[in-house]
Amino acid sequence: MRQVYLDNSSTTRVSDNAAKSAFEAMTLYYGNPSSMHRKGIEAEKIIKEAREKIASFLGRTANEIYFTSGGTESNNWAIRGAALSLKRRGNHIITTNIEHPSVLEVFKVLERQGYKVTYLNTDEDGFIDINDLKKVLTEDTVLVSIMYVNNEIGSIQPISEAAEAIKSYNKNILFHVDAVQAFGKIDLVPALAGIDLLSVSGHKIHAPKGIGVLFVRDNANIEPLIYGGGQEKGLRSGTENVPGIAGLSCAAWEITQNMKEWKIKMKSLKKRLKDGILEKIPDVVLNTPEINSAPHILNASFIGTRGEILLHALEGKGIFVSTGSACSSHKGGASHVLKAVGKSLEEQDSAIRFSLSHFISEDDIDYVIETLTEEVCEIRKFVRR
Amino acid sequence: MERLYLISFGEIALKGENRPFFERMLTQRIKQVIMPYDKNVQLKNVHGRIYCFTQAPKEKVAEALKKVFGIVYICPAVSCENNIEDIKNTALEVIKEQDYYGKTFKVETRRPNKSFPLKSPEVNAQVGAYILSNIEGLKVNVHDPDIRLDIEIREKTFIYSEKIPGPGGLPIGCTGKAISLLSGGIDSPVATYMIMKRGVEIEPIYFHSFPFTTDRAKEKVIDLCKVLAGYSGKIRLHVVNFTEALKEIGKNTPEEFLTIMMRRMMVRVADKIAEERGAKALVTGESLGQVASQTMEAIAATNEVASMPIFRPLIGFDKIEIMDIARKIGTYDISIEPYADCCSVFVPKHPKIRPAICEVHKAEEDIDVEKLVSMCIEGIEIFDVTP
Repeated sequence: MRQVYLDNSSTTRVSDNAAKSAFEAMTLYYGNPSSMHRKGIEAEKIIKEAREKIASFLGRTANEIYFTSGGTESNNWAIRGAALSLKRRGNHIITTNIEHPSVLEVFKVLERQGYKVTYLNTDEDGFIDINDLKKVLTEDTVLVSIMYVNNEIGSIQPISEAAEAIKSYNKNILFHVDAVQAFGKIDLVPALAGIDLLSVSGHKIHAPKGIGVLFVRDNANIEPLIYGGGQEKGLRSGTENVPGIAGLSCAAWEITQNMKEWKIKMKSLKKRLKDGILEKIPDVVLNTPEINSAPHILNASFIGTRGEILLHALEGKGIFVSTGSACSSHKGGASHVLKAVGKSLEEQDSAIRFSLSHFISEDDIDYVIETLTEEVCEIRKFVRR
Repeated sequence: MERLYLISFGEIALKGENRPFFERMLTQRIKQVIMPYDKNVQLKNVHGRIYCFTQAPKEKVAEALKKVFGIVYICPAVSCENNIEDIKNTALEVIKEQDYYGKTFKVETRRPNKSFPLKSPEVNAQVGAYILSNIEGLKVNVHDPDIRLDIEIREKTFIYSEKIPGPGGLPIGCTGKAISLLSGGIDSPVATYMIMKRGVEIEPIYFHSFPFTTDRAKEKVIDLCKVLAGYSGKIRLHVVNFTEALKEIGKNTPEEFLTIMMRRMMVRVADKIAEERGAKALVTGESLGQVASQTMEAIAATNEVASMPIFRPLIGFDKIEIMDIARKIGTYDISIEPYADCCSVFVPKHPKIRPAICEVHKAEEDIDVEKLVSMCIEGIEIFDVTP
């Protein structure tokens, strides 16, 4: 059966070259990077080169790049590490209500520990208002965390303006950006101006799972989350995931080299998909904003169906999508993002997220539109609520 | 001194001429569960009990036997010669294996072998005194002891101080075979367990309705069967592809009758499979009044299409009681996994609560029942699930 994988915001297929790099790191350069012998130095070299490469992709320097186990750890570490180290300066922290759970849950924990948290609301397209941000900044504010691209609906936040607003209010406030869905997909703020902390995840950019990056501006002090052997300048202990790092470095190289071309391709595929859906299927509500949305995410509600059933119906035809975000799909219940942007219960319940990659062809999209049209029509006959 | 397990079976002992049959079923099952740990396990049927000789680790044996229907008690025992010195020493060993410090004990002797020179109270006194003088931190309490040391003097003497309760009931297979309608929910696995306990071999049937329910729901039912197979040995699960039937019913039935129609279709399919598999009854997890489809009228409407009895062991149980059993038998945590079971989609807003049978027949008029049943039977997937 034909297979079309449209769940790239959950995870991506590892690219052949990235897999090859990881394989070589596992089988040839398997030394412990902390070991003093030649085998150790070989492994250390891989890390060093990867650090330099990734730094250059972000327009920063290698000493600001830290390897973690992935996006969740990067987000957790950035937020907790910053809040903890700045505790004496103030206890007010700011985020938005459409963040990924790996950000929101940390804020909830900090809230229980006595931090004052402001959750910025977003408009119906999923954008924050910079004026709202300006209004809530206070003397006590020590950290602001805003995601670059929303993982469910694809809205791109005005990060540059946010950075400017924060830094012109008080340059000591740390600004964290969850760039897990942004890195390699859109142009980031040049040289990460005004951004102190930035999270990247490997498996969203065709690298293996279990590897991520946290960029920490060189003058920003954050507390470690993991203690031990003192790796990563003592800020993130634990033997480095050399195969993961090798894979990440390779995948990051590929995605940044090809970004221009892939972006254009995904944009056109997304448009083809959107137009096809709107043309062929009645009663569809688009949840992804018309402008300022990532090239790879399209979220739509098919009124009169249920997202979960539609997902499985498409799965039966070899098409893999998700309802909202895969991270929360085990918990049941609606998406907090769709709820936050004011979608009705019916819209939340019938939402599907299509997330693209450069592996998809126009032909694939046409197959998806055709199948989707049939399945939506079929399900609408039975779902009576 | 030799280690063994004394296995007592309650209800079977009451059987008359059929007793050897029940005992044979039980010994077979015991052998089956211990073999994976000890291929050389030996069983001996004596005086309405089974002696089990095995080198398998005690925890494994206890764990395995606790799941064998028909067993009432398992006593890990030590046997010795019928002479009082041996008895005393062995008794001391058995006590020492207990966590005895600061506890009370008593000795309870039975002497079916009347050729033994000492009477039971004399054995109690001598063994008790010997233990007291050789162990510190242990006291006697004949009324409510923490540790009861049992001595049985037969052709040999058996000494034990632990009585591990078994599940009771009758050995699997001795009362026949039934088809159980298993969903992913809490009730049906419990109902299945309860019928298994009455000695029934079960072949569950699950109605899968992809894409309306996920393949994870099917995995969940397989996981439930794994737990149940722990009590019965290998289970054959029949997975029926119910989607097309469901759609037909959805299209051609007045909404309020949807659930009843679905249940009638399921029973028809189960009935057919039962016939093919030589089963003599169906089992469901219904409990009276729990939901709209479990009223007397609705139950009567499902009963009508079955050719064989439908057993409903939970009919008089509260949800809380059912959940308690589910926890005890180990199905609860699987059952509460959040994957919707049988088509929460096809739930009418206002289900018919007390359907008259003539209304049911009328509602079914537009459905080609025969066609749907054979369609369901055709696409059956079979899984042989082992614990």
